[in-house]
Amino acid sequence: MNIFEIISEIEKVDPEVYDRLDSRRSIFKHMSGLGQKLTAAAVPLAFGAILNKAYAQTSTAPSVVDVLNFALRLEYLESTFYNLGLGTIGATATAQQTAFRAAFSATNLASLDIIRLDESNHVTALRTTITALGGTPITAPSATFNGVNGTADFDFSGGKGTTAGPFAGLFTAAGAATFLAVAQALEDTGVRAYKGGAPYLMSNKDVLTAALNIHSVEARHASRLRTMRRAGIANNTASRVAITGTTEADRSASPKSWISGNDNGGPAPMYTAPVYGAGSAPSYTPTTLSAPVFPAENNVIQGGVTLSATTLTNTATFPALSYSEAFDEPLDVPTVLTIARTFDTSTKFFG
Amino acid sequence: MSTKLIPSSQPQLSDLDKPLYSPIKRRSFFMYAGATAGATALVLAGCSKSDSTPGMVNVGSNDVGVLNYAYALEQLEAGFYTSLRTGTYYTGLAAGSAEKQILDDLYYHEVIHRDFFKAAITGAGATPIKALTPDFSAVNFNDRTSVLSTAKAFEDLGVAAYNGAGRRITSPNYLVIAGKIVSVEARHAAIIRDLVSEGTFVGSDVVAVSTSSTEISKDPATVAATANMYLAEGSKLDVSGI
Repeated sequence: MNIFEIISEIEKVDPEVYDRLDSRRSIFKHMSGLGQKLTAAAVPLAFGAILNKAYAQTSTAPSVVDVLNFALRLEYLESTFYNLGLGTIGATATAQQTAFRAAFSATNLASLDIIRLDESNHVTALRTTITALGGTPITAPSATFNGVNGTADFDFSGGKGTTAGPFAGLFTAAGAATFLAVAQALEDTGVRAYKGGAPYLMSNKDVLTAALNIHSVEARHASRLRTMRRAGIANNTASRVAITGTTEADRSASPKSWISGNDNGGPAPMYTAPVYGAGSAPSYTPTTLSAPVFPAENNVIQGGVTLSATTLTNTATFPALSYSEAFDEPLDVPTVLTIARTFDTSTKFFG
Repeated sequence: MSTKLIPSSQPQLSDLDKPLYSPIKRRSFFMYAGATAGATALVLAGCSKSDSTPGMVNVGSNDVGVLNYAYALEQLEAGFYTSLRTGTYYTGLAAGSAEKQILDDLYYHEVIHRDFFKAAITGAGATPIKALTPDFSAVNFNDRTSVLSTAKAFEDLGVAAYNGAGRRITSPNYLVIAGKIVSVEARHAAIIRDLVSEGTFVGSDVVAVSTSSTEISKDPATVAATANMYLAEGSKLDVSGI
């Protein structure tokens, strides 16, 4: 590999790369002359670490590669989640995974397998794109199941590595409904995260389009997961099952396929409320964006228009919740990271 | 098998997408207007991409053009969900049934989207396109299959359209608005597809499932070709400016 070629490739997407890389670091000391003392094997590790430090969360707006690497972190979280529950594609399912799979109806299981494949494809596609841009994809987290609630890097019980959090048992047949609840929260978070990142991809129109094309697939996932939760894990025609209850308070247990108000805080409000709540704009957020920039999901102010029966007179007979249902909301990186850290272990994959 | 997010070619149009609008109508117009072949050639030679095609609705250009493009598509969807409410498929649905709840919500959401765009374009000091006249003659609103397959086509088309329009937007504000709406359209598309056939919320006709699992987005010209099948003469879209 040619370090200088990589740096010049990165320069195409980040003209300030030379400022970011600390020239005092030994990697440059050794490469200053014609005789390069570093071995080929040592260089990638050191260089990768330098790049990771240079592009770690700062107070400046994320670059295109930053946004993609952030998305990649979330895709790894999702991909690992589905692999642990359903089994990894191509691998032999464990006894627990076989029993877990059997808890779902045929159409529900097929749907989960589709989502599992999609997330795996998203990981691959993001890594390929980041590399093509001359960036370094983040290191993959561990894929080794501890057989309980996660891996060395993720504790899906929400117990920060104790495996004893509120979602414990979600990968067992008895916890299948909890699995769907966490899945809904993960996918709804992903939709908000991609939406929040889109403005930072405008400098590369191909990458922006690709990100939008992942974003809508995550929304399809979220819709299907909500449909399956509404009907129950064993229902084979989930789309035919109506919601129960007419108020937002009913949406935790019986969600629509879209977010209604704040969805009463989601499937497990004590833990999932931040997924549907307001974020807060980091200092680098463009001031040209209309307020509210990262509102809660029950927001009804769009493009400076407060949506109501008064401003949209054709909607006088519409349910009050329909204004917020018609729009999803973006979420800022720091808030998404806070949500994702629900599933961190001591390795702090989300920093 | 490529997992690249950036495809090297456009996806092919399905049979349903091929335009029915026949160019013969334009030549007939000139003949009726008394123009000679020579005069016709002169007029056509003066045409540039930004000229409006007679009888078509030009969405304009730049960000306002994209907003009007979105407004046009939302008009079509809102019109569809409004029309279906008088058909016997919808009126025959039980009050508490999932399908009635879903079709009600889709009606509310699309009317809100449509009227939001009109208000937002006006609020931005620009001129919204006129109220379009749809052509739903191909839809049987008394038949579940016809209604739901058309709903599916519109919702999938909307997702592909918003995603394909993103690159044409220059204001981050408008990009965010498009983003807020497209994910709701994707949620719509998923449940409608499931109602047609359970578990088809993601399918190879709309998502590249064998490679990157990304949505198959469509550029405005491709979208307009399909949309124009459901718009009456005088309301067909000209998106050449965006």
